Amino acid sequence: MFIVNGIAAFGRYLQLMGRTFSLPERWRMFLKQYVKEMAQLGVDSIGIVLLISFFIGAVICIQIKLNIQSPWMPNFTTGYTTREIMLLEFSSSIMCLILSGKVGSNIASEVGTMRVTQQIDALEIMGVNSASFLILPKIAGMMTMIPFLVVFSMTSGFVGAYATALIGVITVDDLTIGLLHDFNQWFIWMSVIKSFVFAFIISSVSSYYGYTVEGGSFEVGKASTDAVVRSSMLILFADIFLTKLLS
Amino acid sequence: MIELRHLYKSFEDKDVLKDINAVFEDGKTNLIIGQSGSGKTVLMKNIVGLFEPSSGEILYDGRDFVRMTKREKVLIRREMGMIFQSAALFDSMSVLENVMFPLDMFSDDNEADRIRRAKFCLERVNLQGAEDKFPGEISGGMQKRVAIARAIALNPKYLFCDEPNSGLDPKTSIVIDELIHSITHEYDMTTIINTHDMNSVMGIGENIIYIYEGHKEWQGSKDQIMSSTNERLNSFIFASDLFRKVKEAENGK
Repeated sequence: MFIVNGIAAFGRYLQLMGRTFSLPERWRMFLKQYVKEMAQLGVDSIGIVLLISFFIGAVICIQIKLNIQSPWMPNFTTGYTTREIMLLEFSSSIMCLILSGKVGSNIASEVGTMRVTQQIDALEIMGVNSASFLILPKIAGMMTMIPFLVVFSMTSGFVGAYATALIGVITVDDLTIGLLHDFNQWFIWMSVIKSFVFAFIISSVSSYYGYTVEGGSFEVGKASTDAVVRSSMLILFADIFLTKLLS
Repeated sequence: MIELRHLYKSFEDKDVLKDINAVFEDGKTNLIIGQSGSGKTVLMKNIVGLFEPSSGEILYDGRDFVRMTKREKVLIRREMGMIFQSAALFDSMSVLENVMFPLDMFSDDNEADRIRRAKFCLERVNLQGAEDKFPGEISGGMQKRVAIARAIALNPKYLFCDEPNSGLDPKTSIVIDELIHSITHEYDMTTIINTHDMNSVMGIGENIIYIYEGHKEWQGSKDQIMSSTNERLNSFIFASDLFRKVKEAENGK
């Protein structure tokens, strides 16, 4: 039963995406929505991305210095490991998991409320493709902003790591040598590519749960929770495949 | 003119609409009345295309809406305006942006002309000065008037109103009814109003259809409704103490 329901839901999701990916009826309206979504989903998330990345960068640095680093290891180990964790996993996967909570619930509750208050019906009766009008700018906006958020997260994480030097955890020189040691530029690209996929998952899955809400405010709340849980699970699954594929 | 022919609608094994035949004429306020759960809203949703009928025909000036292609349906929908029970205004847009929305989507006029048209529609519903307010900042009656302004922005041929007086006080309800009635005549639209408000029926009911348990029980005008001998219709109308007293007073004369 669970599998049948899952397949049926996936079919409905594909149908919705089929309606979503059609040419906008009015480009000026699409661009207006697109800019609005970039601001709402991307720019408004910069603060939380910077804040969390800063502290995680600092904490990773402290933990490695205190618990991993030993006299048998070179001094740059802490900086090197901090960089690898930030570039390979935190700034793409973990940051997108965090965003699936913030952005995913935002999208699902916004679209869900539009559904239960008949705003989506109003669009349909006007002859507007509501799926394309509402969801396409969200997906495009989120995918446009995600590389910036990834880069901001990496930068903020490194700033956080440098901040630990101020409290004497590590010297600036050791950290800098570690951050630059055996640097592979591909890791940044890998992180950006992974985040594109995650951004699509967050925006499309959350829109699906919002768009298909039936009922009232209770169901909107439930859809919001489902959107976060399902998009988080899909991000984790996709992360395994993408890591294997891109490494 | 909108014509329904042998319209049926079922949900799983439950028949909600049974063999509905009706004609809604141009330039008239056509009312669909009936108790809660009688199938009024389902009928309205079938007419506007939010539900697909199980069988039957819905003719918009002779064009069969049920058998149209998706593209044809989109085009005919641009000739429709709808006022929802909840007004269904876009929360994130101001009053002016709400009214401009259909113009922005479908009109080739320049921005100045679109703004002029939207302001004209707002003036028509006596809402000049409220352009910059958001739906959450205005009263329920004002929201309904914005919904009317948005519905008429593109000069629709067909206007649909789903319980437009729901949640409004009697005085505001009369204002909304009269507005819909005068706009219908002014633009010669085919207007269909879904209601169970007897004040609306007696005020603006030029063609009334009474739905009882999914089928058309009675059709007539507001002048005929009070003298009807249909028992089911009478039990619906005279459920109100006020109307029962009016009827008794008329009989006393």
